[in-house]
Amino acid sequence: MNIALIDYGAGNVQSVKYALNRLGYEPILTKNHDEICSADKVIFPGVGSAKAAMEQLQQSGLDKLIPTLKQPVLGICVGMQLMCKYSHEGDVKCLGIIDTEVKRFEVDLKIPHMGWNTVSNFNSVLFNNIELQEQVYFVHSYYVPLNENTVAVTQYGIEFSAAVQKDNFYAVQFHTEKSGEVGSQILKQFLEL
Amino acid sequence: MLSKRIIPCLDIKDGRTVKGVNFVGLRDAGDPVDLAEIYSKEGADELVFLDITATHEKRKTLLDLVKRVAERINIPFTVGGGISEIKDAYALLKAGTDKISVNSAAVKNPQLINELHNNFGAQFVVVAIDAKYTDEGWKVHLRGGRDRTEIDLFDWAREVEQRGAGEILFTSMDHDGTKAGFANKELAHLSDSLSIPIIASGGAGNMEHFKDVFTDGKADAALAASIFHFKEIPIPELKAYLKGNNIPVRY
Repeated sequence: MNIALIDYGAGNVQSVKYALNRLGYEPILTKNHDEICSADKVIFPGVGSAKAAMEQLQQSGLDKLIPTLKQPVLGICVGMQLMCKYSHEGDVKCLGIIDTEVKRFEVDLKIPHMGWNTVSNFNSVLFNNIELQEQVYFVHSYYVPLNENTVAVTQYGIEFSAAVQKDNFYAVQFHTEKSGEVGSQILKQFLEL
Repeated sequence: MLSKRIIPCLDIKDGRTVKGVNFVGLRDAGDPVDLAEIYSKEGADELVFLDITATHEKRKTLLDLVKRVAERINIPFTVGGGISEIKDAYALLKAGTDKISVNSAAVKNPQLINELHNNFGAQFVVVAIDAKYTDEGWKVHLRGGRDRTEIDLFDWAREVEQRGAGEILFTSMDHDGTKAGFANKELAHLSDSLSIPIIASGGAGNMEHFKDVFTDGKADAALAASIFHFKEIPIPELKAYLKGNNIPVRY
């Protein structure tokens, strides 16, 4: 299988690559449009600020390409946030795949929301065989509110989208590549779609 | 509910794990990559690697180690020791580290915290603070506690938060190595006055100390080394104990 891991300068691509290697896959790290288009699966990671990440995407024209992809695409963390239409982190227009705005946590709790938290209300094949209340690793200060594409929910002062899914676009707020065996299982299920 | 994190810390020297008592008298405690994998399988929530001699040695050994750890384990890890420039942090990011921790370099050049934040985001930046109680209050210490500064612990903690740190790793030099419990009063004060997560370090001796640091000390995470390395407290047992005491843990 051909896996394109989008390497656009705002991702923890190495960690995701190693996670794929542990599952027996060897992804191509790339921002080349042809390589991305011809892949069977595309993984779109991201860390850091949404604004900086969007600028990186624009520089390589990936902001235009990603919404047109037809194969299964998995957004991770900031990758998921960039799939939304707008982010309040740096007030930046994003890819517009998911029709919602990314907001900052306004809760009386520590920010970033950092560490292991439970996920529930699954409604996606990504979570097949995952037990309710399993914990996965989050690190973020901004969140995707609950919306019609929400397929998993986590609570941190408020309920927010732990995962979204729309057509061939899948995305998780937590770091599958750093969420122990549960994370590996979710990544594996995406690759086996 | 967000879990309280248990973090084994691996002090690294010459590519091996060491842990000193009060930072003096080092004792070999094994291979870092093997230990990392054991901890990950036992249910550790994160790992911290502190290269205690990084400033004197070639960086390449550390980068190789980081790469080997990143290849093998599937939980987050932080690397600290000898990071004084953006390029040091970038090399570690490329090798596969999730977060870096800065200590002395941030005290000498506080702007480094802003630069790290701007380049990599808050989630990548842990500021480690070593402090000791003096007759003038809690003072920040450098070089593993050898050098005293005139900087107040709580003032510095507020400043690092404002400059963009994502977490603070606070080690009480008075508690470190004593196995008599964490500095809960100071930790609670830090937690109450800041909005970023606090990792408690120094003083873990038994399971009750962990319960206390998460309740009285209001810590978000607790770090320890030798009690894990020498298997005095197995992590699964600690997690079961904490869960039994109504502390949210990943179990």
